[in-house]
Amino acid sequence: MIFSRRETLALGLGAAALGVLPFRVNAATEDAIAEFAGGADVGEGGVTLIAPEIAENGNTVPIEVDAPGATEVMVLAAGNPLPGVATFEFGPLAGSHHASTRIRLAGTQDVIAVAKMADGSVVQTSALVKVTIGGCGG
Amino acid sequence: MADNVKPRVRAPRSTAAGETHTLKTLISHPMESGQRKDSDGNTIPRSIIHRFTCEFDGETVIDVTMEPAISTNPYFEFEAKLPGAGEFVFTWYDDDGSVYTETATVEAA
Amino acid sequence: MNIKAFLAVTGAAALVASGALAQQTGPDDDRLVVNNEIEVVTDAPAPDHMEFVRTIYSGWRFRSDETQSLQMDDFDNPAFVFVDQAIDDWNAEMGANGESCASCHEGPESMRGLRAELPRWDEDAGEVYTMEMYVNECRTERMGLDAWGWNSQDMRNMTALLASVSRGLPINVATDGPVRAAWEKGKEIYYTRFGQLELACANCHEDNYGRMIRADHLSQGQTNGFPVYRLKQANLVSKHNRFRGCIRDTRAETFSIGSPEFIALELYVASRGNGLMVEGPSVRN
Repeated sequence: MIFSRRETLALGLGAAALGVLPFRVNAATEDAIAEFAGGADVGEGGVTLIAPEIAENGNTVPIEVDAPGATEVMVLAAGNPLPGVATFEFGPLAGSHHASTRIRLAGTQDVIAVAKMADGSVVQTSALVKVTIGGCGG
Repeated sequence: MADNVKPRVRAPRSTAAGETHTLKTLISHPMESGQRKDSDGNTIPRSIIHRFTCEFDGETVIDVTMEPAISTNPYFEFEAKLPGAGEFVFTWYDDDGSVYTETATVEAA
Repeated sequence: MNIKAFLAVTGAAALVASGALAQQTGPDDDRLVVNNEIEVVTDAPAPDHMEFVRTIYSGWRFRSDETQSLQMDDFDNPAFVFVDQAIDDWNAEMGANGESCASCHEGPESMRGLRAELPRWDEDAGEVYTMEMYVNECRTERMGLDAWGWNSQDMRNMTALLASVSRGLPINVATDGPVRAAWEKGKEIYYTRFGQLELACANCHEDNYGRMIRADHLSQGQTNGFPVYRLKQANLVSKHNRFRGCIRDTRAETFSIGSPEFIALELYVASRGNGLMVEGPSVRN
């Protein structure tokens, strides 16, 4: 049985488990993570990023971040001209450490979420989002 | 200020003390990224909303730093745990110095 | 349903067993309920005048789950920032003598049903009328104002508002009687190959709906969701603007927005959706 690349990806990882892909980050992204972490080691686990496996249009891609116990979550798009997307700071009246928004992705790339926990530890995760180029420009 | 900026907010009308509510906000804004060029090849300058905050009776629920990668007509969904009746203040900060605010009063359930 | 959702339901094992599933080959089987309130039928038996299609589907059924969900709650649907602007216009006393839309028509809900029947024959004018023409007739004949551009932001906002109040009503466009000549003209355009690529509307939207055109999942080109909020433009798109885009993509000189040709095509394409429901303003990619 021959699988296409897409099927292999889907089989091997499942849509929700894309976070285990190795990071492909550039210098600007690494710098942004290092600055956010403030010298802390960046671990994994404790932060969830939900993003579509395939985005129909890169102009408006819905994403959600969830990091119980986090004070701040930074979202980066490693393949955009500028990697910054948003930083969510949760205040004392936050009902959860969960937020959703809609973002722009210049092409297929890893979206990265980095969470700073109340104890100062830092964790990150990522999700590969494939951005399709439509057939119809109209 | 950008033309026709109009905030929309979905907030609870009433609450019990300690109750958690989902909030949604949407504001009409082009979020010009600074990455695009006009038909003459000149870069269109960046003009975005760069910060959004939600407070309830002066205490912060969420404070978001926004970059040009946030889509046109920025949308946020998040949760607030309310101590009781009070007032939400939602504030959007535009690069051009404009500040857009919307309030929502929450009564005791 | 896309691959992600499919996996969530069936698990990877079923995918292994069935082999090739990556290619979408038709509409999905999702159900559209807006605001937990408006049940929108997104498939129906094709009207009798359609010879080559058995079932008609809303374009909503061809979109990804993420795009679909944007239309299921008016708060999540970005088109409603423009509807809000149209409500302000509806109530604005902008006429030469201080008239507003509301001063004659009360709330926009009074227009419920109109979107489902348009385009239709207007007896007084003696021609086929679209929503844009009715809005401009009010502005120029009753309010002493200049006409809005057919594809202007103000007009797209207003047509979105006037569509929204008819959501959930079946499209019911007349094809006989005084509109017949325009309808026949629209049908001829629909089946005529245009441009260097020699493509008719039918080549994509009748012969190949459900298949992929590059990375786009081709719909039947139904207009029940117009005006649409298109993620690509992050704004409302009118029917005629979409027609113009499609014909341009065939590498043809296109008809003009508001032209008799596009009005005729709008009528014919609308009639291919008889039995679907008004969805506008919808969300598409």
